Amino acid sequence: MSLRVYVARRILLAIPMILILLTIVFLVMRVAGDPVSAILGAHAPKEQIDKMREKLGLNDPLYIQFLGYLWKVLSLDLGRSLIWGQRPVLEEIMEHFPATLELSISAFLFGVVVGILTGIFSACRYGKLIDHFFRVYGIITYAIFIPWLGISLQLIFGVYLGWLPTSGRIDPLMAPKTITGLYVLDSLLTFNIPSLVSAIRHLILPTVTLGFYLSGIFTRLTRAHMLNVLQRDYIVAARARGLSERKVVYKHALKNAFIPILTMMGLQFAALLAGAILTETTFSWPGMGTFLTERILYRDFTTVQGTIVFFAFLVVLVSLIVDIIYVYIDPRIRY
Amino acid sequence: MTSMNRKPLLSLENLKVYYYTDEGVVKAVDSVSFNMDRGETVGLVGESGSGKSTLGLSILRLIPPPGKIVGGKVFFDGIDLTALSEDEMRKVRGKRIGMVFQDPMTSLNPLMKVGDHIVETIVSHEGVPREKAVERACSLLEDVGILPERFNDYPHQLSGGMRQRIMIALALCLKPDLVIADEPTSALDVIVQYQILELMRKLKQVYGMGLILITHDVSIVAEVADRIAIMYAGQLVEYSDVNSFFNSPLHPYSEALLESIPNIQLSDQKLKYIPGIPPSLINPPKGCRFHVRCPYAEHRCGEVEPQTVEFERGRFVKCFRYVE
Ligand SMILES: Nc1ncnc2c1ncn2[C@@H]1O[C@H](COP(=O)(O)OP(=O)(O)OP(=O)(O)O)[C@@H](O)[C@H]1O
Ligand SMILES: [Mg+2]
Repeated sequence: MSLRVYVARRILLAIPMILILLTIVFLVMRVAGDPVSAILGAHAPKEQIDKMREKLGLNDPLYIQFLGYLWKVLSLDLGRSLIWGQRPVLEEIMEHFPATLELSISAFLFGVVVGILTGIFSACRYGKLIDHFFRVYGIITYAIFIPWLGISLQLIFGVYLGWLPTSGRIDPLMAPKTITGLYVLDSLLTFNIPSLVSAIRHLILPTVTLGFYLSGIFTRLTRAHMLNVLQRDYIVAARARGLSERKVVYKHALKNAFIPILTMMGLQFAALLAGAILTETTFSWPGMGTFLTERILYRDFTTVQGTIVFFAFLVVLVSLIVDIIYVYIDPRIRY
Repeated sequence: MTSMNRKPLLSLENLKVYYYTDEGVVKAVDSVSFNMDRGETVGLVGESGSGKSTLGLSILRLIPPPGKIVGGKVFFDGIDLTALSEDEMRKVRGKRIGMVFQDPMTSLNPLMKVGDHIVETIVSHEGVPREKAVERACSLLEDVGILPERFNDYPHQLSGGMRQRIMIALALCLKPDLVIADEPTSALDVIVQYQILELMRKLKQVYGMGLILITHDVSIVAEVADRIAIMYAGQLVEYSDVNSFFNSPLHPYSEALLESIPNIQLSDQKLKYIPGIPPSLINPPKGCRFHVRCPYAEHRCGEVEPQTVEFERGRFVKCFRYVE
């Protein structure tokens, strides 16, 4: 089976998964209330409510609504929002997604790099004090509550020390010209140094908060797999050939320990999204998290459903990318 | 041999290597001494757990924790390896002493092309440009009987025998003075075993390096070695040239070892085996470690440890029967 066939098959398999998820979200949202009373308030006159329900198609039988929505999604149309400007859902998602993507990428990099380095460090000093320290670190970070950590960092570095901003993505009126929607990247592309500085300063605390939360599992995983790999015959053999310890650890051992770490990266992607939502709320980060929380409150059915489909699609995409990277790292893997 | 090379290639002096485990101190190598000359092949024989691999690894100072060299010296070409800094030691590994391991299936990095193993080793010791190293790697592959086209194969694409050839190429790629081969054929099937031994014999003539061949198979030693070293429970009990050894083994354990070799011509003869079990290395028996299994054991054997004596020139044995 070629890689292309494998990818196609994985995508086909993902479709029913996404549909099931969609059905669940569809039903749960409708159990939770409806957007009309959320928009107009509980005491709005009855005919106004009815008019609005009719207009939004909420008076049709549930299965008609569902089939209609399903059909639209299958033809790659996420529909329009139910509230305010009733803008296309995809358009609104695309407006908020870059902020989340920027935070996710930087937090993920931070978490993975910190996790892998501390894991290696721990493994190379097995049983020493520093090893115990990082083992505890791996457990604490995993159990930490993001808003709590976020608020603590805001208090220390934002309020007391006044070093870093505690909310938003960038200072007002500093946003660079939009190319990708990622402020750091856009500032770089347009050589806009003040924007770059502002964007990075805003990014630091949320990145550390979310990254710290993500790093622990990589610390533990890297440590465990490095300990295992460092005992393998080919590591002893590499040392016996007089390779430097750095080459042995980073080139031979880490690369072999990296495959399970990569798997975990793929698996942690969903946790990353969930963590991003919490982090965004804590730091008023104008991304998908803030957006989604708001729309859930208004029972904006189509937008919430659309966002969930979008997230599910991302998760599938990332796990596919991971599968493809395997092939490049490990010559033994063929699909 | 010139007078300059008179000093032995390798000389161990009372080498002690212990593993500090939770169960106790495993005295895996306990006061081992011997000399070997340049270009010689020494067969190191002993039953499983007698400390052969530990001895081999300790020469390169690669004992894994909780193991440690706790005493003695390893002189290699006149230099005491136990006194070198880690950095200096690294320059000896691979460059002056090569090593071949028992299991070729696990001794190569599965994510690395076999040729790159060789190139990496050459480049990291000699700093030559990659193309040069690739050239040398290819000619080396030919030397060990592997088509240079295989350079870009990954380990899993090669058979066990071929991988062991790669390991041998790796051990030889910097033309070391000594190669330590730890049971290089035990993981291979009989025909391949024979081919690998033949290859090593051939390469020894070309490269002229000294060879320590670790094995539990005495018959292999008879075929390829100049000298034989018999290990029992962490100690060297006999060290001798191969001819005298096979004509008249000195130590009772050696005697028993030779009697336990299956002999095809005498198929109705009952195979002798050594009664008893190998002793614990945490609490080795008092006196001679073999006395509990020894048919000649006397009272003093269980009381005091016999000294190693030079029975004839170049023949060493650790047994009271040879002490006047
Ligand atoms: N990493 C280790 N930790 C603790 N004890 C060890 C370790 N490696 C070896 N030993 C112990 O040291 C002793 C000698 O082991 P070694 O591997 O050197 O024997 P060997 O002669 O090579 O045996 P084999 O023929 O099975 O390879 C054994 O009792 C073994 O249990
Ligand atoms: Mg061994």
